[in-house]
Amino acid sequence: MPYPSSYRYTREHEWISPDGAIGITDYAQNSLGDIVYVEAPKVGDAVTAGAAFGSVESVKAVSDLFSPVSGKVTAVNEELKTAPDKINQDPHGTWIIKVELANPAEVNSLLDAAAYQAFIAEETS
Amino acid sequence: MRYLPKSDEERRQMLGEIGAASIDDLFAVIPAEYRLDRDLNVPRQQAESEIVGYFRAAGQKNATDYVSFLGAGAYRHYRPVIIDALVQRGEFLTSYTPYQAEITQGTLQAIFEFQTMIAELTGMDVANASMYDGSTGAAEAVMMAVRVTGRHKAVVAAAVHPEYREVLATYALHQGLPTTLVGYDAETGRIDLGSLEAAVTDETACVLVQSPNFFGVIEDIPAIAEIAHKKGALLIVSIAEAVSLGIVRPPVEADIVAMEAQSFGVALSYGGPFCGVVAAKEQYVRQMPGRLAGQTVDGAGNRGFVLTLATREQHIRREKATSNICTNQALVALMATIFMAVYGKEGMRELAEHNLAKADYAAKALAAQPGARLRFKGAPRFHEFVLQTDEAPAAWNRRLMENKIVGGIELSRWYPELKNCTLWCATEVVTREQIDAAAKVLAAAPVEA
Amino acid sequence: MATINGNPGPHTLGKVRTHPTQNEALMFEKSASGKRAYKLPPLDVPAVDAKELLGPAAREVRAELPELSEIELIRHFTRLSTWNYAIDLGMYPLGSCTMKYNPRVNEFVARIEGLAEAHPYRPESLAQGVLEIFDLLQRCLLEITGMDAITLQPAAGAHGEFTGILLTRAWHESQGNPRKKVLIPDSAHGTNPATAAFSGYAVENLKSNAVGGIDLEALASRVDEDTAALMLTNPSTLGVFENEIHKIADILHAKGALLYMDGANMNALVGKVRPGDFGVDVMHLNLHKTFSTPHGGGGPGSGPVACKADLEPFLPIPVLVQNQNGTKSWDYDRPQSIGRVRAFYGNTGMFIRALAYILANGPDGLRQTTEDAVLNANYIRKKLEDLYELPYKTPSMHEVVFSDKRQAVHGVRTGDIAKRLIDYGFHPYTVSFPLIVHGALMIEPTESESREELDLFVDAMRSIAREAEEKPDLVKTAPHSTRVSRLDEVQAARKPVLRWKRQGRGRE
Repeated sequence: MPYPSSYRYTREHEWISPDGAIGITDYAQNSLGDIVYVEAPKVGDAVTAGAAFGSVESVKAVSDLFSPVSGKVTAVNEELKTAPDKINQDPHGTWIIKVELANPAEVNSLLDAAAYQAFIAEETS
Repeated sequence: MRYLPKSDEERRQMLGEIGAASIDDLFAVIPAEYRLDRDLNVPRQQAESEIVGYFRAAGQKNATDYVSFLGAGAYRHYRPVIIDALVQRGEFLTSYTPYQAEITQGTLQAIFEFQTMIAELTGMDVANASMYDGSTGAAEAVMMAVRVTGRHKAVVAAAVHPEYREVLATYALHQGLPTTLVGYDAETGRIDLGSLEAAVTDETACVLVQSPNFFGVIEDIPAIAEIAHKKGALLIVSIAEAVSLGIVRPPVEADIVAMEAQSFGVALSYGGPFCGVVAAKEQYVRQMPGRLAGQTVDGAGNRGFVLTLATREQHIRREKATSNICTNQALVALMATIFMAVYGKEGMRELAEHNLAKADYAAKALAAQPGARLRFKGAPRFHEFVLQTDEAPAAWNRRLMENKIVGGIELSRWYPELKNCTLWCATEVVTREQIDAAAKVLAAAPVEA
Repeated sequence: MATINGNPGPHTLGKVRTHPTQNEALMFEKSASGKRAYKLPPLDVPAVDAKELLGPAAREVRAELPELSEIELIRHFTRLSTWNYAIDLGMYPLGSCTMKYNPRVNEFVARIEGLAEAHPYRPESLAQGVLEIFDLLQRCLLEITGMDAITLQPAAGAHGEFTGILLTRAWHESQGNPRKKVLIPDSAHGTNPATAAFSGYAVENLKSNAVGGIDLEALASRVDEDTAALMLTNPSTLGVFENEIHKIADILHAKGALLYMDGANMNALVGKVRPGDFGVDVMHLNLHKTFSTPHGGGGPGSGPVACKADLEPFLPIPVLVQNQNGTKSWDYDRPQSIGRVRAFYGNTGMFIRALAYILANGPDGLRQTTEDAVLNANYIRKKLEDLYELPYKTPSMHEVVFSDKRQAVHGVRTGDIAKRLIDYGFHPYTVSFPLIVHGALMIEPTESESREELDLFVDAMRSIAREAEEKPDLVKTAPHSTRVSRLDEVQAARKPVLRWKRQGRGRE
């Protein structure tokens, strides 16, 4: 699955789109397996770069979600409450939260698509 | 040794195949200085007949021919014999936790049935597969309320079982969870609603009450729920006497119910093993402690059951788990399951009615004796009641004991203000004759005392 | 696949099989109004009007419990039971779980009237028989562990861990500083970190060394004045004895930290070596593992905690004491106690069973039990190590841990091999634990297996190894002989159905 070049990525396998939507990568959903539950913050909550803001669960594993940036949650994808499998089906098209960035320049310190792909290639080797 | 299926010759052969000269080779890794080079100082190996003899003697020493009016969180009800006949089947008794669902459908379906019946009885949406006991279940329910609300204070009724409160204190101490105790109304024995209202704040995670409470009095759950919910706190109702649910309105306004199911066919066994269970409203299920069985299908579409939502638990989440609890009380929960099924929809009601009638008769009979009166008359109760006497309980208890009767337990042990007050329990197994006998002995009190 | 009369199929078909294909509905689906399985005696006191006595507290609507006759209940639960695998049917090689024989005399004596019917608040003068059982069991367990003091109160292993860590904390507090963190090896059971966190400690993970043990240098660098304890399982979850245990204890004690031992693997030590002699300060036992009380499908357990004399003042209340006249009673006046960890005194029914087991064994039987448990594990190791990868070559005690490395190249994982074992008439071993072994197969045969049963197991494992190469799909889709095939756990977790509901019935 292609990694959109407009996104930025973390080493914890989250992506952030130019409009501040955050999700997890295809690599992450693939290693977790069937996702059964997504725990997300509420609209208005603050998130901090590098800190956990929620978690995704498969049947036998829980994985924390780390925010790529600092800011405030402006939207939460309610659809995931009943259909968490959307993440498995379309990881790069399924956002979990949207964030208003405290410092828009913060995304520049994240990995671009090529760097992220190189990173996961290294992790899997 | 009769449990070990090997001859010495077989042991020698197996050592030979491993390539060990002697069994000591297999323990060589243990530093010599720590190896035990003597026999353990425990009793010598005994024949089965000797073991039975030892425990029979201990049982006799315990005295079995006393009539008992003890309750206070451990209740004597008749145990239908099919319970022990079924739970002693090796397939239940000697099976492990049902992680391998394909070969543990029996345990899993029984747990699913247990969860269903507990939910039905308590008026909650879901129940877990059981917990250690009612006391730890109540403490776990408080921790659960902390997770749900994100608040870190608890309000606890003084009429919750004192030992349950002590357990909660132990659990809460290192969780940074201060608790506020709310007293009871001296007339009714119910929680003091005015003090409760004052104690619950925007920082309160939960209110914990017991109903019927430690005095046997049924709390006004709707009124308590209103006070808790007004401030955004959860209401936890602890139920120590499960049989009460046959006739007492279930605490449907509660958010969490923490119950002790010992009354459902579990032997008193000097306090354990019992059967705790936590039930709750559906929206809190992911914060529940303990195991849960759920229904699903196999590849061919057959109905089957699995342990589910395991990501809450310690073996996956480790230090972030909802609790460190690993076991449930599966075999004891199975006893409760069979008990609930034996009595069923009508029998649970009838059984509870018998308890209500016996206790009502006993309360009146005992309170009618000179120098004796009932406390907490202003509120409904189930099968326990508080008797206050002019004479010190130690004195009349001695007389009762001489007549092979164990009377009520003294409350000043936990409530110093309840002087000469004793807590009595009469379940369906107590006869009118026994109640009359106790009343007669009680009446023999010296009038001037 | 498997047919009862022989070929084709595994040659272990002689083994007993469970899980027939007969269906058994839920009790609620079989219920019919008016059926009864109970009869109460005539009420010998005046009947009461519940509505009048209870007022608004009276229950209006009966709970929807099933209505069935006694024979239907007997058949229901008997049929359900036949869907379970059990020790009574065959080997149960679950590593770390010590699924040994549960002697029937234990069940018999636990039901003796004077013991089973004893109310926890009966006067102590009427409870001397049961208190003597507590006392003898306590003395036996102290002798077996080499510790100084004990509480039987904790309800299970994890509850014992909680109690033990609270004792640790209370002791540190009495020394002026509760300290902040607990060290836990990465090979530990999940309950260890959960317990430490539950007790208010930060958890620090310790990486195991190349042989799967504690890395002494790493330990020394991590232990400081903020370290409350190391929680150690010995033998480790790899079944390996920490042969430098004395150095581990010394490193901890030099910094004032304590050594906590998870007694899950005591079945490898009883009668051969005592934790109290190798530097352990506090530990729990699992009576349902080492001392043969039945697992019962997931409980009840029992987790006594033993400690050194320094920690004795902090034991949970009440503590059993002997009076001058030789009688026994409960002491509640213990100002330094951590408090209670549960109501009453513990799982008494389990104490009776555990003591019956100790009496049946005696010192010679207990030692022989340990030796046989270790012999059996090493026998399996020897018979399988040519086909299954042994990630750690260190000597095994009571259990052996392989990995699925050689089978994984054919796409067959530890979970698949485990499921395939079911078709051969065995319960699976412990899958994917300890976490430090990728694709772990953790096998603990216990002492209860005869050579014949072990050989059948070895044959089954060798046969599955062949199948993994030749017919991997057969293994990957196992089991093929059970009443239900692999169940959809994803659906169960996504849309939890945790209770039965009558179709079409609204909530009341």
